Amino acid sequence: MWQWLTQQYHRMSSPKWFYELTGRWIPWLVAMVAISAVVGLTLGLLFAPADYQQGDSFRIIYIHVPAALLAQSAYLMMAISGAVFLIWRMKMAAWVAKVIAPVGASFCLIALLTGAIWGKPTWGTWWVWDARLTSMLLLLFLYFGVMAIQQAMESEDAGHKAAAILALVGVVNIPIIKYSVEWWNTLHQPATLTLTEKPSMHPDMLWPLLIMIVSTYLFFALLVILRTRNEILWHERKRQWVKKLLES
Amino acid sequence: MSLVVATIRRDLLLAARNPGEWANPLMFFLMVATLFPLAVDPDPKFLSRIAGGVIWVAALLATLLSLDALFRADVEDGSLEQWLASGESLYALALGKALVHWCISGLPLTLMSPLLGVMLHLPNDALLPLLLSLAVGTPVLSLLGTVGAALTASLRSGGLLLTLLILPLYVPVLIFAASAVYQAGIGMTYHGQVAMLGAMLALAMALTPFAAAAALKLNLSR
Amino acid sequence: MSRPLDTEAIDLSAHALMCERDDRVLFKDLSLQITNGDLVQLTGPNGAGKTTLLRLLAGLNQDFEGEVRWLGQPMSECYSTYAHQRLYMGHLPAVKKALTPIENLRWLCANDASDSDDTLWQALEAVSLYGYEETPCLQLSAGQQRRVALARLCVSRAPLWILDEPFTALDAAGVAWLEAQLQAQVARRGAVIITSHHALQGIPGLRQLALGDAA
Repeated sequence: MWQWLTQQYHRMSSPKWFYELTGRWIPWLVAMVAISAVVGLTLGLLFAPADYQQGDSFRIIYIHVPAALLAQSAYLMMAISGAVFLIWRMKMAAWVAKVIAPVGASFCLIALLTGAIWGKPTWGTWWVWDARLTSMLLLLFLYFGVMAIQQAMESEDAGHKAAAILALVGVVNIPIIKYSVEWWNTLHQPATLTLTEKPSMHPDMLWPLLIMIVSTYLFFALLVILRTRNEILWHERKRQWVKKLLES
Repeated sequence: MSLVVATIRRDLLLAARNPGEWANPLMFFLMVATLFPLAVDPDPKFLSRIAGGVIWVAALLATLLSLDALFRADVEDGSLEQWLASGESLYALALGKALVHWCISGLPLTLMSPLLGVMLHLPNDALLPLLLSLAVGTPVLSLLGTVGAALTASLRSGGLLLTLLILPLYVPVLIFAASAVYQAGIGMTYHGQVAMLGAMLALAMALTPFAAAAALKLNLSR
Repeated sequence: MSRPLDTEAIDLSAHALMCERDDRVLFKDLSLQITNGDLVQLTGPNGAGKTTLLRLLAGLNQDFEGEVRWLGQPMSECYSTYAHQRLYMGHLPAVKKALTPIENLRWLCANDASDSDDTLWQALEAVSLYGYEETPCLQLSAGQQRRVALARLCVSRAPLWILDEPFTALDAAGVAWLEAQLQAQVARRGAVIITSHHALQGIPGLRQLALGDAA
């Protein structure tokens, strides 16, 4: 078992192996993303019953909730990747972390925008200092910080290390930030409807949501794989196997 | 005398020789707090509600101002290289630097805060909690700041980037500290908030030097 | 100035070092052994990798392939012990201009186990800074500031010196003084690794290692 793990570890740190393996996965991933998105959106937009309070406007959760969940897990994945790079010096890990950052930030932005769109018919304003939205905004700032420090450092290697350090500091802070924002929110608002009311969700509303969550994660995996492959091609461009690949 | 103690002594000496280092952020602190009544409303009832928050935001900004120079000179004149060459623990050095920074930034801010409290009509009950929140909270700002300063020490326009990196991390401190001052002002208990600040201080003292030490190593040029 | 060294044995060995920068190989398969009484000068044109190799041997640079050992142990395992036996002076003198030479020297020699300031005052006198010990370095010339850093050589008891371009900004008297220091260190059974564009005048035991023409 241990031998198999170390074998996989060595394999994973080889860009060429990663490139070839993921090449085989891509068509399947695309298919799965497409199918799950179509199914999820159809069920959610057309077949789920309208919410008795919010009417049809609640349907935006089918994009908002998956995006928000992903924004948070992507940051964690980025931090873990960064940690692997710092500890074991695996270049692949650095590239994966670099690639996740803009994708995670985009999902964060989507969550914020859909949150705002949801807020308009529900609360009458485009923005409300809700605990979840505020935490998501701070998460976006954390993403920007990681991307900015990576880009600003002079050497690429220093950029990866700086981004990894910052991501790890951020990851420790995220629970603290979330807790303090939630606490702050309770001071300033009585317990009212939050934007997601998971407990009282009817199964017909819940299933499309779960499908959309799966679909979004698969989409994220697809994006990360595609972007990592680009990084591999760029960094290994002088190697034989890449040259052969580009010739064929 | 170990290098950490020598560094703390040297940096405090440098700050004494260069008063602008600690006096300018203090003036900035005062000026920012002055802007709010000018921009919004000098009515005492209104100001007394926002005084705690305004003072804390001003303290945050003043701290960020003084963080930029924390490691920059050491990188540029070779002191950082000598630290690394000495074999001494970078963790201890990072802690030492945070201490020095607090002495020239957080401590003066804390001592000057009652003046701002009076100017912004902070309720009397809130003055001591203000001091307490600053005394416990500004060291956290310094500790987190060393991480940002270490990351950006070699960058030319590092100051602004430092601000962007560190501000989200400051939010929990701001929330609990400002709340402590506000609650005290309206006569409610605030000890829970100060306890949270204390917890954050303990966590920051334990963990931030690791990140700062790792970040410092990135500044050594080839 | 003769004084006992902190330890007897010097054994710094490097095997099969390979270092590249910006996709260019600086040196490959380089091996080196430094022991008591050695004076090694790294030579080569600008950009040949002299400073890189020097910092690598000093333990400041981890970006290489190969092995560096101190007293038989890998450097990464005994770095702290090694650091106390080794004095490193880089390009930058680490002198704060707002402070006086004596204040700077106190910081520079913080780990060099001098109990009182007297050693420091004597050191400053030895580098011809007598009378300037309490003048802010801002008011001193570049050569004088460099000498503040070099005063450390008089205080330190480290057996191994690794110096990067120490002759920078020195006048003829300063150069002669530094050469005498290097000679004295070698005579005491210490060792020195140095990069310098300056031609060292006939110091016995001088070995030169030329970089820039490696594969």
